[in-house]
Amino acid sequence: MHLYAIPLIFALIGLVLYTVLAGADFGAGIWQLTAGGGERGEAVRDHAHHAMAPVWEANHVWLIFVLTVIWSAYPAAFGSIASTLSIALFLAALGIILRGATYALRSGARSAQELRAIDMVFALASLLTPFALGAAVGGIAAGRVPLGNASGHLFSSWLNPTSVAIGVLAIATAAYLAAVFLAADAQRLDERALQSRFRTRALLSGLIAGAIAIGSLFVLKADATPIYHHLISGAGLPALIVSIVAGVLTLALVWASRFELARYSAALAVAAIVAGWALAQQPRLLPGLTIAQAAAPHDALVLVTVIVPAGGAILFPSLALLFGLLLKGRLDPHATPPTSAAPPPATVLAAVRPGLLGRSAFASLVAGAALLVFAESSWAQALGVVLLAAFIVLGFAAARPAELARHLSADDAS
Amino acid sequence: MLAAFTLAPVQQHYLLQARQMQALSFAVHIPLVCFGIAFPTMILFVEWLHLRSGDELYRTLARRWTRVMVALFAVGVITGTILSFEMGLLWPNFTATFGSVFGVGFEIEGFSFFMEAIFIGIYVYGWDRLSPRMHLLSGVPIAIAGFAGSLMVISVNAWMNHPSGFTLRHGKVVDAHPLAALFGNGYLWRELIHMYVAAYIVTGFILAGAYAFGRLRKGSWGRYERTAFAIPLTIACLASPIQVVVGDWVAREVAVSQPIKLAALEGLGKTTKGAPEHLLGWYTDGQVKYGIEIPKLLSLLAFHNPNATVKGLDTVPPRDRPPVNVVRIAFQLMVGIGTLMALLGVYFLLLLVRRRRLPQARWFHLAVLAAGPLSFVALVAGWVTTEVGRQPWVVYGVMRTSAAVTGAKGIPVGYATLALVYLGLAVAVAWILRRLAKAPLDLPEGSPVHGSGAPA
Ligand code: HDD
Ligand code: HEM
Ligand code: HEM
Repeated sequence: MHLYAIPLIFALIGLVLYTVLAGADFGAGIWQLTAGGGERGEAVRDHAHHAMAPVWEANHVWLIFVLTVIWSAYPAAFGSIASTLSIALFLAALGIILRGATYALRSGARSAQELRAIDMVFALASLLTPFALGAAVGGIAAGRVPLGNASGHLFSSWLNPTSVAIGVLAIATAAYLAAVFLAADAQRLDERALQSRFRTRALLSGLIAGAIAIGSLFVLKADATPIYHHLISGAGLPALIVSIVAGVLTLALVWASRFELARYSAALAVAAIVAGWALAQQPRLLPGLTIAQAAAPHDALVLVTVIVPAGGAILFPSLALLFGLLLKGRLDPHATPPTSAAPPPATVLAAVRPGLLGRSAFASLVAGAALLVFAESSWAQALGVVLLAAFIVLGFAAARPAELARHLSADDAS
Repeated sequence: MLAAFTLAPVQQHYLLQARQMQALSFAVHIPLVCFGIAFPTMILFVEWLHLRSGDELYRTLARRWTRVMVALFAVGVITGTILSFEMGLLWPNFTATFGSVFGVGFEIEGFSFFMEAIFIGIYVYGWDRLSPRMHLLSGVPIAIAGFAGSLMVISVNAWMNHPSGFTLRHGKVVDAHPLAALFGNGYLWRELIHMYVAAYIVTGFILAGAYAFGRLRKGSWGRYERTAFAIPLTIACLASPIQVVVGDWVAREVAVSQPIKLAALEGLGKTTKGAPEHLLGWYTDGQVKYGIEIPKLLSLLAFHNPNATVKGLDTVPPRDRPPVNVVRIAFQLMVGIGTLMALLGVYFLLLLVRRRRLPQARWFHLAVLAAGPLSFVALVAGWVTTEVGRQPWVVYGVMRTSAAVTGAKGIPVGYATLALVYLGLAVAVAWILRRLAKAPLDLPEGSPVHGSGAPA
């Protein structure tokens, strides 16, 4: 393995996680579209919302991660892709704005009507973003993004048979993943009716996604012949096989209502598709640009290679905590609160003498300001900053704003 | 040949629109970011008060603020995502050329976004479901990530203003030392601290302003509202005098390392020994007209020497100068507003020291109400000063903004679309905030919320 290929592996891992995790979020939005009205529809929509609300932001960050790895490790490829595929990426971004906004809005909705309107926007945005991102990937796979600042065609780079096929596949996969995940969540919550509804949806969308995947191969054959050959007979073949096997296995697991396991096999099927694309396309990143040619200078690559695992060492335990709490039902809307004896009332900070605090705050202010204005050396200035921060903290402690608010003043009482 | 694998500059008719689109996106993102930085700390403080005292009022307040924070966080996330996309959509040459130098900064920032998003999920949905202590702890990483995230993004901006840590050959970076580039300049710390303090000012005054508004309209003014008013107000009033000192510290670094920017801030046409400071006025024909002149003050402020020589705009050809009036007006707005807010802060603190009570005067509440939006204006004006003052460079002295821009067509369409979407977003945010504010207070029965209850 060459140093210059390592960041690409990170980016692909990020892409797989984004496709699986955020894909399921998008899919949940798509099911809101088909939920219909009435109480049943509302139950479906509420379930989809509650399952995703705690995690969507974390899932979304995978996209940011992929972008940043590519622009630090393969800057010229990033610039070429973003400028040629600007419309597709802009549309994806619009979808992201609308989705995030509806997450924010939902908590304020009061009537069923408002909720439906919000969910409708959410659902449409959930179609737009995966399609646009899939179309962008299709444009790269079909070799329609040349090296250069907007050197590719503004429209046909992402509106072509391959792009459309991959865009549609992205939507179908998202819906499928979401159905599997939501069925598993319903099982955990012991919601029988919802569970069987999402089981049906998972089976149906699984078949459709499979059919679209097979159809896409024919599109690739006609429209993106090189990558098709590498997938069918070259480096991509093992991944293709894994993907097919995992896809069939998932359907069987869903049929047997083993949703927890189905989560993982469905994720594997998707991961295999992404891996297959990468294997079929390497060592070429864009037409006329190999991975080695696109790579950043040596030191920058080393840094990426060090920083990503280091960040991961903090990230993955935190993610495990979040998903652990989520999957154990600790973040569910109906979870029982832990019983805790309320701590005994105490007068806050009464023990500290406010006069002393106030005087130390003032002293910090004077000394800090003097250092920042007059000191030349950076150590003295750093000390000045620390003293000014101390002023804020000590001043806040001395002011005791919460105590201030206890006393009603004369004209307020009237 | 190395140069073959880079992007070449292109002709772009709509450079100005691209710049405005970038500016619009920032002006929307940055105030939200302030809430991402400062709000978690305030909420954690109130929750801690609840844990310490068992007083349900603090719990109610922390929960209501949490709801506001979640909504604003969601909008912060999406507007930040737009900015990430724009690095490629608007400035592909910039990213393609220098991604290897500054990109790592955003990568580390990405990890801090992860932590923020993960723990926001746990904190927000963990109310009532985690033990009180665990819940409080789960909020701490949010506050830390807010700081770490700003550190990283500002390190990128500091590098753009003070580029170093790379070797350029035929327009391609052949040698990059990202850590030296991002953290090797002292300017980073000045910019970071100025921004961090600004975040507390903006969040504090906007929150306090909202409750001041309620009081001015003769809404209810119980202990709940007074607490919600006093906490952010105290923080903002402590921070705003500090900001004047920190701002001066920032300006002296600009004087040394970006003399042309300083000349634009001050409207100094010619290199001058013992340069005067001009308040207000308008810059034309190489000088400030209709302004109030204070002799030698600029030299004194910038170099601590009344007779120091300050470089003027005439040291570089006109094509290397930023648009002076935009920068100068933005700068004066920031400093003017900052000074007024510092005075407001000092008044509040003196009243506290002498009388130990909250101000009651109507004018004070009006002033706090005004300080909210004004602090936002100062914030954006500060960024305009920094960013427009750096023009025509995107990487100071190395790459022009016109060489960074995309060659794609349709920038005006994208700009108009984004502006419309952001208008809708603003309406939506206003709607949700009103809704959250109007939700009935669910204070527990019998708690001493109203009346002057002696300390419990
Ligand atoms: C609430 C907001 C706020 C307030 C009250 C002030 N500033 Fe500020 N200022 C900012 C918010 C800001 C900022 C966060 O918007 C900027 C943009 C870049 C930065 O680091 O901070 C900034 C930039 C900035 C710059 C430009 C740095 C550059 O171009 O690289 C200078 C010289 C000052 N400030 C100076 C001041 C002074 C002398 C103030 C005295 C009153 C002041 N600021 C108040
Ligand atoms: C890293 C890549 C960045 C690029 C390519 C970039 C580029 C630009 C450009 C071209 C403008 C327009 C200038 C004009 O209107 O004349 C601008 C404006 C601005 N930028 Fe940057 N900048 C970057 C980073 C940052 C960062 C990190 C910040 C803040 C931390 C920032 C804050 C701003 C603000 C606030 C404005 C103007 C806002 C307004 O006019 O309302 N920029 N930027
Ligand atoms: C070039 C400029 C910028 C870019 C590319 C950028 C990018 C982003 C992105 C992608 C997010 C979403 C993170 C998520 O998904 O959770 C975000 C949010 C955030 N950004 Fe920015 N940002 C920029 C400017 C700034 C500035 C000027 C600051 C502050 C100094 C800042 C601090 C934050 C913080 C604290 C958040 C967390 C979300 C929140 O609390 O609202 N960013 N930014």
